[in-house]
Amino acid sequence: MDFTDSTEEAAFRAEANAFLSQHLEPKKAAAIRSGRRDDYLQRAKDWQKVKAENQFAQITWPKEIGGRGGSSMQQVIWNQEEGKFDAPTGPFAIGLGMCVPTVIAFGSDEHKQRYVQKALFGEEIWCQLFSEPAAGSDVAGLKTKAVKDGDDWVINGQKVWTSGAHYSDYGIVLVRTDPDVPKHKGLTMFIVDMKQEGVDVRPIHQASGGSEFNEVYFTDVRIPDSDRLGEPGMGWKVALVTLMNERLAVGGSPGPDWAEIMDYARGSGSMSDAAFRAKLADWYVAAQGYKLTKFRTQTALSKGETPGPENSIGKVITANHLQDICNSAIEMQDHYGIISDKDHAPADAIFQESFMWAPGLRIAGGTDEILKNIIAERVLGLPQDVRVDKDKPFSAF
Amino acid sequence: MNFDFSDDQKFLRDEARKFLEAQCTSAHVRAVLDDDAMSHNDEVWQKIVEMGWLGAAIPEEFGGLGLGMLELCVIAEELGRVLAPVPFGSSAFFFAEAIKLAGSDEQKAEWLPKVADGSIVGCLATTEGPGALSASSVQTSAKDGKLSGTKLPVTDGDVATHAAVLAKEGSGTGLYIVALDGDGVSRKSLKTIEPTRSHAEIKFDGASATRLGHDTGNGMTVLDNVMNRGAVLLAFEQLGGASRCLEMATEYAKERHAFGRPIGGNQAIKHKLADIYVKNEVARSNAYYGAWALSTDAAELPEAAAAARVAASEAFWFASKENIQTHGGMGFTWEVDCHLYYRRAKLLAVQAGSPAVWKEKLVSALETKNAA
Repeated sequence: MDFTDSTEEAAFRAEANAFLSQHLEPKKAAAIRSGRRDDYLQRAKDWQKVKAENQFAQITWPKEIGGRGGSSMQQVIWNQEEGKFDAPTGPFAIGLGMCVPTVIAFGSDEHKQRYVQKALFGEEIWCQLFSEPAAGSDVAGLKTKAVKDGDDWVINGQKVWTSGAHYSDYGIVLVRTDPDVPKHKGLTMFIVDMKQEGVDVRPIHQASGGSEFNEVYFTDVRIPDSDRLGEPGMGWKVALVTLMNERLAVGGSPGPDWAEIMDYARGSGSMSDAAFRAKLADWYVAAQGYKLTKFRTQTALSKGETPGPENSIGKVITANHLQDICNSAIEMQDHYGIISDKDHAPADAIFQESFMWAPGLRIAGGTDEILKNIIAERVLGLPQDVRVDKDKPFSAF
Repeated sequence: MNFDFSDDQKFLRDEARKFLEAQCTSAHVRAVLDDDAMSHNDEVWQKIVEMGWLGAAIPEEFGGLGLGMLELCVIAEELGRVLAPVPFGSSAFFFAEAIKLAGSDEQKAEWLPKVADGSIVGCLATTEGPGALSASSVQTSAKDGKLSGTKLPVTDGDVATHAAVLAKEGSGTGLYIVALDGDGVSRKSLKTIEPTRSHAEIKFDGASATRLGHDTGNGMTVLDNVMNRGAVLLAFEQLGGASRCLEMATEYAKERHAFGRPIGGNQAIKHKLADIYVKNEVARSNAYYGAWALSTDAAELPEAAAAARVAASEAFWFASKENIQTHGGMGFTWEVDCHLYYRRAKLLAVQAGSPAVWKEKLVSALETKNAA
């Protein structure tokens, strides 16, 4: 056992780090979600362009489409190194991680020529339009419909929890094209121009106070049949390709951890509290468990093997873990802990801010409950839940 | 990055599993469970001795196989899976490690070959009463090579031939090796919640004792280091047990029907088993890190060992109790093995310091590290 890179890995890490040092500032401890500068979006576009010009934008993509032709291990190394810097990557994570790969997999040659390079170089941003008010965990139960009209499809309905829709140029949208077959079989995927007539983006005022997500209303929106991804009725299979990467994308380090609350405790005299010390030990064990499990995955990638299912524990641990730490940090501050004004709150209010963000993290990208179902069914091989609507026409419900 | 066992170590694991599944079955464990006179299963023990596993991490110059600590970790996990009713951990994890760590060259030459070939069986005698072990609570004392006092419970104290005993010496403590068949030693069996591993009360009354070659009064510090090493090995044994519990619960949840379908189709069961899976993976990753620290003598060993121990104790406890729950009424019968894991989980969780003790050790280590 060792934690050192192979010669090739070390060389790539050094190359990545040198490149990053040249362009970005190191990240401050416990980076937080809020406080993004107004020019964040422009900075993100600029950074994406620089990455693409130097073949760091999509490490594993083939060189012909602007990638590096590198290994999964190199992508992991890049992510680790980029994570050490104040890199504005947010607006491109979903597009390049999920939407554009779907276009590459199911789109025509014209689609690939038209969209891939512009996304890669930061000129166009993509969003993913799957969830609906009545279709969250059960996303195949969505109701937004598309009806064929000549060479076009006409779309009506509502999507929700769409990250970045307000600054996106294009989206991939999953809609119902046949309500008279079982729900998974009547769906179709399209590319949609987010700037066109009939697309109405409205920010969601989240419980945390921020507005990172949107509702998107479609009213008689026309999409040419040529912008269909996959055959009519095959939308679910297309969506599974899109979703394959979501949980990895969402499972990152979300906020303050054991080291931050320990820092706070040392400054405030709470290290002498035996109950706190026991909890601190538990948090360390959980955080290490998550971090070291990623090392196991990384080891498999490094050897060219397929990682085991252990990676699936990530978001189940991190979201609850964050919520628990923030809750304890606030209670340690007693009455004062309600203050989220950074002029007064300890640690720049990172605990208060993440406390309000944590409930969303337990839901986004698969709820705790859905993730546990997935572990139970796919890892342990337990029977699927009862799905009474599985074999009946969607219109019957 | 190579955070995994090597192909050779995985081969050892596979071979050990095959061997133990054939040679150490539930019937072998139950033979000890159902017979108060049996301290261990000697048939199983002799076969394990023949495999040479006791010497896996003992250097060849001292009669061992000279493989390494990672190989011993692999074996520990497999012994944990089958609840091996033998004094392996007491002899190889604690007694041998104490001698490797603090013994003089002469002491190593005298005892390690005998541990490796099974001609002596070691145990660790530290506890005297309820509550966490501390230097100030030790009443057993040693002077001029004679040791007096009472230790209980001593895990595997019935079957062991030798004990590493923590005793007061002057204003400090020392670690002494005592031959348990000598004059001034008497022992009697104790009834415990884990009858597949024997436990004894050992009385020393002027027994001849040889102090390990550490500095005078420094026994507690040496013991802490021994415990760090033993903790990683115990964590693997616990991990083996926890993994087996999840397999048992999963198999049963697929087979057992209620309300017209397998109980494993209900989310109350699915999520419970997913929770076990998550805790087991957290324990596995922390145990691997402990193994790395142990095998490389890393400065991170104190926090790595403590985290491995805390995670493994929680995982095995949770898996063993929820395995019973998943089995329902069947799980509470003597005939079904669930309770054997529940018993073993609790023994292994407290045998070398309870989770609370290790959580405190962990936080202390983090404080020391952050202060530097």
